[in-house]
Amino acid sequence: MSLTRQEVEKIAHLARLSITEQEMPVYVSSLSAIVAFVDELSRADVGDVAPMAHPLVGQTQRLRPDVVTDSDCHEKYQANAPQVQAGLYVVPRVIE
Amino acid sequence: MLHNLFIGELADLLARRQVSSVELTRHFLERIVRLNPGLNALVTLTGDSALAAAAAADARIGAGESAPLLGIPLIHKDIFCTDGVRTSCGSRMLDNFVAPYDATVVERLRSAGGVMLGKANMDEFAMGSSNETSYYGPVRNPWDTTRVPGGSSGGSAAATAARLAPFATGTDTGGSIRQPAALTGVTGFKPTYGRVSRYGMIAFASSLDQAGVFARSAADVALVLQAMAGFDPKDSTSVNQPVPDYHAALQHPLAGLRIGLLKEFFEGLEPRAAALIEDALKVYRSAGAVTVDVSLPSLPLSVPTYYVVAPAECSSNLSRFDGVRFGYRCEAPKDLLDLYKRSRGEGFGAEVKRRIMTGTYVLSAGYFDAYYLKAQKARQRIADDFRTAFDSVDLVIGPTTPTPAFPIGAKVDDPITMYLNDIYTIGANLAGLPAMSLPCGYVDGLPMGLQLIGPHFAESALLNAAHRYQLETDWHRHVPRGYES
Repeated sequence: MSLTRQEVEKIAHLARLSITEQEMPVYVSSLSAIVAFVDELSRADVGDVAPMAHPLVGQTQRLRPDVVTDSDCHEKYQANAPQVQAGLYVVPRVIE
Repeated sequence: MLHNLFIGELADLLARRQVSSVELTRHFLERIVRLNPGLNALVTLTGDSALAAAAAADARIGAGESAPLLGIPLIHKDIFCTDGVRTSCGSRMLDNFVAPYDATVVERLRSAGGVMLGKANMDEFAMGSSNETSYYGPVRNPWDTTRVPGGSSGGSAAATAARLAPFATGTDTGGSIRQPAALTGVTGFKPTYGRVSRYGMIAFASSLDQAGVFARSAADVALVLQAMAGFDPKDSTSVNQPVPDYHAALQHPLAGLRIGLLKEFFEGLEPRAAALIEDALKVYRSAGAVTVDVSLPSLPLSVPTYYVVAPAECSSNLSRFDGVRFGYRCEAPKDLLDLYKRSRGEGFGAEVKRRIMTGTYVLSAGYFDAYYLKAQKARQRIADDFRTAFDSVDLVIGPTTPTPAFPIGAKVDDPITMYLNDIYTIGANLAGLPAMSLPCGYVDGLPMGLQLIGPHFAESALLNAAHRYQLETDWHRHVPRGYES
């Protein structure tokens, strides 16, 4: 089981990761090794069992009422942003 | 020597006013300044706020308040958000990130009176078993500074072993508390999934991540876990169940305790490691415990299962790092796609990118059924096997790791060999079980860990069994050479 350079490029694109020329051969070989390693699963007989949905028996994700519980912290949160203007996050132009 | 005392002993000195929290805090800060440069265990020191918190603790003690952690110094793994303090998660991506709020674990330990000294180095985004993937460089093992301390909570483990704090927090997704605890000769505890809040703990694999403790004894772990555990409405997987008195459960006699020996844990185990486990079993048998052979037929699937489930969740969780709202942004992006790709490509290290891509692959169209769905079925089988085993035994005992600490650099180029370090620890995460590691002897002069795994919410039983072992042995009292004074 091995991945081609084209496949790794496609995965990197889906994951929105730039991969340099120097890094690429390392990822082609290490991802191939990992896929071959986990491929043991596709051959394993796990029988007729439902896929796990939660590690604890009978537990499900708890929901809460859709109400505001926090105060307005946007200034504090945006202090971590790379670029902000008038309370908005600034990104390169999206619409030409 | 204050730094060799256990939390219970320190609390006693504080309560009797024989030492103040400020003095205690100064003592540990001095050790960090002197010893951390040789270990790289801490990435941020918060001396001023520590002294202020210590003074506040002294005031509470002066007003007659008494609590087990009041005035006790600690170190947080840098995966826990700390309001106003950089929270890097060992990554260039978050090198400039100042958390705007406290993780629930941080908030609880603070209100219990704990004094944060600083933040511990770790594998980047908790992905690693050696602490070599950190943006801030590897942590060194105090038992041999040419060797790794394990990972991902390597800084917390090394700091606890070197007596830089009486305890430290950690997180365990596939063994990230137990494996470094074993490799540095300290006691490490991973609670049941959902027992401790994950709110404010930067997510790696949300169905596996659980916060826990590094300390030097099971009794100390009990005190810390007491403060950390409990329901948190801010974590949708937090379990709403009362927290028992862990410390009160420590003294139960072990007569009649049924200990399971997992066939799969002992097959192929190195004879010197197996001999240490056998020595530990003698301690348990002489306390009246009985050992029972058990088998988990699906356990050999645990490592491949983990390396599908964990990367899948990681690829989803780490999609939030987009160079827009927080974290690293590349220089001069030419468009939005370029901003995403280069910010992530430059901000994440090699292992994190490898796991994101593994996860993206196993979740992609055409591969989902073969890998992710199959892995979740295998995971259910592993959990079912554990449940069957716990019908006939109270807990399971085995090694924490196959070998002691390995040299820095020995496995960095071979991800599969690195992943196999976690062969004995991953099962508990896949099944959501509580598990711990405690020191049980040496191979080649390096510490090895005894692992205890229990059924869901059996924290008390594990701590009880570990405490009784530590009453009969003194491995947990050994100090690495050079860190005694």
